[in-house]
Amino acid sequence: MIDRDQVLHVAKLARLRLSDEEVDRMAGELSKILEHVETMSELDLEGVEPTSHVVDLTNVLREDVPRDGLDRETALEQAPDATESGFRVPSPGAS
Amino acid sequence: MTDELLGLTVAQQAAKIDAGEVSAAEVFDYWRGRAAADDLNAYLWVAGETPEDAGTLPPIAVKDLFCVRGVPSMAGSRILEGYRPPYTATSVRNLQEAGVRVLGKTNQDEFAMGSSNENSGFGPVQNPWDRTRVPGGSSGGSAAAVAAGTAPWAIGTDTGGSIRQPASLSGVVGMKPTYGAVSRYGMIAFASSLDQCGPLTRDVTDAAILLGHLQGRDPCDSTSLGIPDGIPLPSAERLDGLRFGVWGMHEPGLEPGVADAVNATLARIEEVGGAVDEIELPNAKYGIPAYYVIAPAEASANLARYDGVRYGPRAAGNGDLTSLYEQTRHDGFGEEVRRRIMIGTYALSSGYYEAYYGTAQKVRTKIAEDLTAAFEKVDFVVSPTSATVAFKLGERTADPLAMYLSDYYTVPMPLAGIPAISIPCGLSEGLPVGFQIAGPAFSEARILDAAHALEKSIGFEGVPVSVDRLDADLRSQNEGPEAPRG
Repeated sequence: MIDRDQVLHVAKLARLRLSDEEVDRMAGELSKILEHVETMSELDLEGVEPTSHVVDLTNVLREDVPRDGLDRETALEQAPDATESGFRVPSPGAS
Repeated sequence: MTDELLGLTVAQQAAKIDAGEVSAAEVFDYWRGRAAADDLNAYLWVAGETPEDAGTLPPIAVKDLFCVRGVPSMAGSRILEGYRPPYTATSVRNLQEAGVRVLGKTNQDEFAMGSSNENSGFGPVQNPWDRTRVPGGSSGGSAAAVAAGTAPWAIGTDTGGSIRQPASLSGVVGMKPTYGAVSRYGMIAFASSLDQCGPLTRDVTDAAILLGHLQGRDPCDSTSLGIPDGIPLPSAERLDGLRFGVWGMHEPGLEPGVADAVNATLARIEEVGGAVDEIELPNAKYGIPAYYVIAPAEASANLARYDGVRYGPRAAGNGDLTSLYEQTRHDGFGEEVRRRIMIGTYALSSGYYEAYYGTAQKVRTKIAEDLTAAFEKVDFVVSPTSATVAFKLGERTADPLAMYLSDYYTVPMPLAGIPAISIPCGLSEGLPVGFQIAGPAFSEARILDAAHALEKSIGFEGVPVSVDRLDADLRSQNEGPEAPRG
């Protein structure tokens, strides 16, 4: 149901590198899982409203009062590579 | 004095602290020693010293995915190895403000994806009842620590059963509150429309105390509501006038020993005044298919942030940014997490969204409608928590789908957003069996009261004196004349 090309396409969308062996295994496993998922198609869902969340809340607002967030130094503390003012990354490159 | 602590619930220990028989610092120190001696791989970090202000209640073991300022918080993943957050989750802050200190961080399935704790980036956890078996997951470290007496109580998170299933397999109490009861701020996210924090404890009273401290509306989580009337201490000893609807007793995968323990519990409900009726949740069997679209879809979005830029280790890649992302995510994520990111990304990709995510959201509505209809006839919906007792390490790892089906009884509740508790109800093959009680949204106080009455009637002895003595003592205590045999 899911072939190698689809696995590679989805892996690219998800920014995941997979080895050749992982691509093959993933194709088999995803096919089996999706086959089970597709048992949902037995149901008549005509006119059923989708549930996106279960809490009966809309537009939760707070007073527009400024408050302190993390300072820059703290926010950068855990980065694998940081300058004084930001996260350092290599060039976006050709891909 | 402190050796007595092992046999006491948190409520009993708190009473001793209040009476001045023992100090909170001595209690912390005792549990720190227990946690440091953990040999089940239940902990990923244990407090190095007893804090100057040791609070007023016994300390707590916290699932790794809760951010605690300055303390390793890695969600069981190598992609967050060494991460020490600059802030603390609201749920943990609420506990700190109530006088509860953090004892340690517990092992879990990576990003809470799993039902056995075998998907941790830091190795599996062993079940203290039988070290060749899993403790359940994803909050397996929290469940095992409470069961083995290396923590007095613990918190975990439940997305499709991740508190209740390990509670069941490890012989402790575990509760998933109503969605919105506890703030999700600072909980490293898996599936945002399902994730909920809750207690893992030795008994129902401790669960009520813990939930009372955890719950509350939080300006940092716009989906949080708290529990409007709070959580009183449960006191019921009878179930007069209450109706229990049991479902799922004819599933082919249900182990006979588990069915026996659950049937014995149904008989106890009637003994103490409750009424039991069989009910049907016709769409429950579509819970797993819907869940394994919704949860991976939300996870694929939530886990997009782990790319080796802001936190965690970074892989070099080929020197450009895209290959840095791809290699970091390949090296950092374990197999199950990659699998779920792939399912979720596929389900949300162009041309498939409606067929998968759209359909799953409609199935979610059908399951919620089943439960709403059930609560017109009964006060509680009850079932086994898990179809099986704790399974062997490695038994289900080769077949992801078989592992997913472990969540059959626990998935409908988070899909509907309702609360449910698992309490130990006996043994099968010498291993704990969990009994699940679910109620309508925000019925936590009523569920806890009913669970309290049932717990008294069952009399499960779930407090190991030590892991070594567990085999001999606990089993003989539980295998009385009325205890189920596998």
